Amino acid sequence: MKVDRETLQKIAHLARLEVRPEEEQPMIDSLNEVLTWMEQLNAVDTTGVEPLTHLSAERNVLREDVVGEQLPRGNALKNAPAKDDTYFQVPKVIE
Amino acid sequence: MSVKTYDSLSQIQNDLAVGAVTCRGLVEHYLRRIEENRHLNVFVAVYAEEALRRADEVDARRQEGKAGRLAGMVIGIKDVLSYTGHGVQAGSRILDGFTAQFTATAVQRVIDEDAIVIGRQNCDEFAMGSSNENSAFGPVRNAADTDRVPGGSSGGSAVAVQAGLCLASLGSDTGGSVRQPAAFCGVVGLKPTYARVSRWGLIAYASSFDCIGPITRSVEDAALLLEVMAGPDEFDSTVSRNEVPAYHALLKENRPLRIGYLREGVESEGVDADIRQKTREALDALQALGHTVEPVDFPLLQHVLPTYYILTTAEASSNLSRFDGVRYGYRSPNATDLESLYKKSRTEGFGDEVRRRILLGTFALSASYYDAYYTKAQQVRRLIKDATDALFAGYDLIATPVTPTTAFRIGEKASDPLQMYLADIFTVQANVAGCPAISVPNGTDRTGLPIGFQLMAAPFREADLLSVAGRLRQRQEVPA
Repeated sequence: MKVDRETLQKIAHLARLEVRPEEEQPMIDSLNEVLTWMEQLNAVDTTGVEPLTHLSAERNVLREDVVGEQLPRGNALKNAPAKDDTYFQVPKVIE
Repeated sequence: MSVKTYDSLSQIQNDLAVGAVTCRGLVEHYLRRIEENRHLNVFVAVYAEEALRRADEVDARRQEGKAGRLAGMVIGIKDVLSYTGHGVQAGSRILDGFTAQFTATAVQRVIDEDAIVIGRQNCDEFAMGSSNENSAFGPVRNAADTDRVPGGSSGGSAVAVQAGLCLASLGSDTGGSVRQPAAFCGVVGLKPTYARVSRWGLIAYASSFDCIGPITRSVEDAALLLEVMAGPDEFDSTVSRNEVPAYHALLKENRPLRIGYLREGVESEGVDADIRQKTREALDALQALGHTVEPVDFPLLQHVLPTYYILTTAEASSNLSRFDGVRYGYRSPNATDLESLYKKSRTEGFGDEVRRRILLGTFALSASYYDAYYTKAQQVRRLIKDATDALFAGYDLIATPVTPTTAFRIGEKASDPLQMYLADIFTVQANVAGCPAISVPNGTDRTGLPIGFQLMAAPFREADLLSVAGRLRQRQEVPA
């Protein structure tokens, strides 16, 4: 079995998600089912094959580095759940 | 004013020209249709007053002879496309109350040509799903049978066109999300070549797969919308600088093409018998139109879906890390410190399927499994792309059904993610290989549910797809 309780909790922490106790077993079962299905790729010989990392054939597009106002601060703060006039607010991190 | 059902913008523009209808009349008509069809759960927001105001503006410009190419086109946009000053939340609770601060390039370009945006359409959360059941706004219903799903993830966008709630929709297609619902709803769905249309302003699911594409009643409207949306954009450096062909004018091209069809599509027991039969009939029609039609094999077909799901969940786990409850969207009231703010906001804000895919992707990208899953899938992706390119050395187009079944019942596959994933078997190849593909209506099964026929072309050969699909569609529209 690839995903057990411990692995599930570890990846959940990495993803900054919580898995409630009653959800653990169904989630473990469904992840393992999908991962086992994904493992059929092991049947494909990929010796010496370069991984395909992007599909666009475009080379880097360069332009002048000029200052613009794409997102004024007021707009950037508009959707924030907690903010003052200048900053996003979060629970205190340093005492 | 009573308004008939239009199947294409050219019909509308003919009637506008002779004064049989106005843009205001059209918007009023669609608003009424939306109101009458609330039970389909298509629109999550309707911009009634704004659309009427825009209609008056376009009508005025028409009087001056200054209207854009899309004057008279009333469209809806999938709830993953940003439109400044309007809500957008990807069918997710985590973006409750979010207002876009800029407009997606694709949306801006159709507005600049005088299309009128009438509202924003329900979809699977973060475009993850094949049934439109994974939405914080609840499921969308197929207008052909309201107990059945419309497909997904652009389910609302497909039903809107199917039920005549707007003339066209803009959706997004990461693994079939435009084509599969188009097939389930009996309308046209086009997924362009990867990087043909700017993704700026599209809420990302899997960035190396995502494409914005139109859903329409006619192939000519799909051609026109692609022509307007495609092309370079300074906000998306991946967009191709290849010249944008005059897709709409090229629809009249009619040279004989070499068309290969996947044997599985007409022979596999896994494909509904009615769909196999209709696919054969469409292939016969292509032959009758003068094209060469031959069977082809694609031995990597069975590996396309697992490759797709490893790579898209990995990309999604990274893309969706930005939803943390800090800068925008939902913030849990139960947080006690910064870490619990992240965790509780994300856990309470995301739905089950999104969390499952984030966990799968995080697993595939985790240090111990990175090579075995993620690198492996990237290698197989190259093999699939190379093999697909090789197919196009011998054939101009590859034909398949869009889906192995017609629309299934709401709830039928909701508890079995793997079964749901298999619904995308024929559509994902185009996304894995970056090719364009189109879904065109291909009759109905014996119970009256729509069937779709898919054509796929080599990258940047949309013109071939559209001209052949257009002729196929015309042929179907002529009563026997």
